[in-house]
Amino acid sequence: MPYRYLEDIAIADVAFEAEGATAKELFQEAAAALTNTMIRDPSAIEGRVIRAFDLEAKDIEMLLYRFLQELIFFKDAERLLFCCYELDVEQGIPAWRMHVRASGEEIDPKKHELLADVKAVSFHNFSIERTAGGWRAAVVVDV
Amino acid sequence: MTIPVEKSTASKPEFRKISDVVWDLLPTFKHGMRVPARIIATQKLLDSMDLQVYDQIANVATLPGIQKYAFCMPDGHSGYGFPIGGVAAFDANEGGVISPGGIGFDINCGMRLVLTDLTRDEVMPQLKTLVERLFHRVPAGVGSRGFVDVSREEFRTRVIVEGAEWAVRRGFGWKEDLERTEPYGKAAWADRSKVSQRAIERGYQQIGTLGSGNHYLEIQWVRTENIFNKALAAKWGLFPDQVVVMFHCGSRGFGHQVASDYLELFLSVMERKYGIKILDRELACAPFRSPEGRDYYQAMGCAVNMSFANRQVILHRIREVFSDVFHKSAEDLGMRMVFDIAHNRGAVEQHEIDGTMRELIVHRKGATGSYPPGRAEIPELYRNDGSPVIIGGSMETGSYLLVGGPQASSTFCSTAHGSGRTMSRTRARRLVNGRDLIRKLEERGIYVRSVSYPGVAEEAGFAYKDIDEVVSAAKRAGISMPVAKLVPLGNVKG
Repeated sequence: MPYRYLEDIAIADVAFEAEGATAKELFQEAAAALTNTMIRDPSAIEGRVIRAFDLEAKDIEMLLYRFLQELIFFKDAERLLFCCYELDVEQGIPAWRMHVRASGEEIDPKKHELLADVKAVSFHNFSIERTAGGWRAAVVVDV
Repeated sequence: MTIPVEKSTASKPEFRKISDVVWDLLPTFKHGMRVPARIIATQKLLDSMDLQVYDQIANVATLPGIQKYAFCMPDGHSGYGFPIGGVAAFDANEGGVISPGGIGFDINCGMRLVLTDLTRDEVMPQLKTLVERLFHRVPAGVGSRGFVDVSREEFRTRVIVEGAEWAVRRGFGWKEDLERTEPYGKAAWADRSKVSQRAIERGYQQIGTLGSGNHYLEIQWVRTENIFNKALAAKWGLFPDQVVVMFHCGSRGFGHQVASDYLELFLSVMERKYGIKILDRELACAPFRSPEGRDYYQAMGCAVNMSFANRQVILHRIREVFSDVFHKSAEDLGMRMVFDIAHNRGAVEQHEIDGTMRELIVHRKGATGSYPPGRAEIPELYRNDGSPVIIGGSMETGSYLLVGGPQASSTFCSTAHGSGRTMSRTRARRLVNGRDLIRKLEERGIYVRSVSYPGVAEEAGFAYKDIDEVVSAAKRAGISMPVAKLVPLGNVKG
């Protein structure tokens, strides 16, 4: 189960749970869930343009929050949705850091069937936990 | 179409019944509550509220400087931090705070109602043409760009400073529109230096976009039997069989970025610098009289201006479309605005607390300002009547125009903002197919267009409370009184 949507966590918004064997996989799955909240078929996105950025946060939870917020920023500022992510996630002291190289393309309603516009990541029930299989995160996004 | 709502089996808390529509949760309900929580609802609405609402409104009651009650309006449902329908007022003299979570991410999201001189019989032959043209000319959905060419510089120095005034000056609307927008289409307290470049980048190309989710543009009809206050309806320009236009949208990515920026800032200073402990991170706050609190208030003002400008530009487009279809000018079609009012905003207002007038920072999140006659917040045009209140319903059931009621001061001049959801979007989408719903609505005479079929399913009537019941609760509490119910004919869903 890489990610799944949760029915009764957020009445007005969208909640999902993502899992990964590593922090990197968890981040990739959470990004895929975010994109799939906005368009029906994320596999329709082609990797035509690349954006690279670095993020830093005091813990892995805030790092995931900032990563998803950054993807929402690119969606509004440049109309970009991404399909593929090369990620380097590093647990440093005192901060977590990541380098992101994301590829994607501009939103095209003819090609990408639109769902809901995600406008922010909420802290409501936002969590990351270690599991026997790696990591699991719960996220509510504001639509 | 009706689908039974699945009810939680967990038990409700105990309320103290104040009247048939007023229910209190006493401070003993949760440790740290400084005041009771007060829910305005009929028994039926109270029974249908999800349990998280009570927990969230009790959390609000723990915030520093809160006055009298933490309120939940009749359409209340759980959100994050504050419930949707949450109202709270804080006194800065008592360490009162300001909280982005109490104002909402979509800052100044609100409703605008526009009249026409057209009757239903005149509009019906053109209904599909009107909806199709509005759908194509008012951009909506994920990644949509506005139709107004605005540079980053114009956005930063004009739009977010001047609000709807900027739009009217650029030719998008009439000067009288400003007199029909509260507070005259502009947050004078806005300070553009408090807004991040990221917010500008997200927002400057979104002027004139509807958005998605529950944002919509609707052609509605005034049925004779749906006029409840004939004198006021006539005074405000409504008549039987008339067609009107209502739309709902906000400050788009810009407002969200402002809220997110300050939420993060408040989380970093709240406890360390101000010693404030909260029960939910979404309640992050700062003293209103702190540099951070002030900065957020001024940045929030910029988002208020962005959304007024957005709705002003969309109004202009609506007038253009009607003018094209009916080959008459918007003036000749009588396309005057009734009002523009927000339901996600914080405002500094004067309210009486135990016999003394005090300046409070009133938070309304999914709650509409509803002012009784004479209040300074009401534009002069309506001051003797009370403020017009617009409550938007689902695309199946209709919406309401109301007026500030005699008891509005009892809720810090606040009322409901919509029907209020009863189930999650994900569940609604599982229960109904968007294409089927559109077909069924068309059979009932309601023509719907949307960029997203699943998005239509999410907004199905059964996913919302009964709006008549919500309005009944507001009326019985005396906080807002119905003037007219407006039923849908055509809908462009974002």
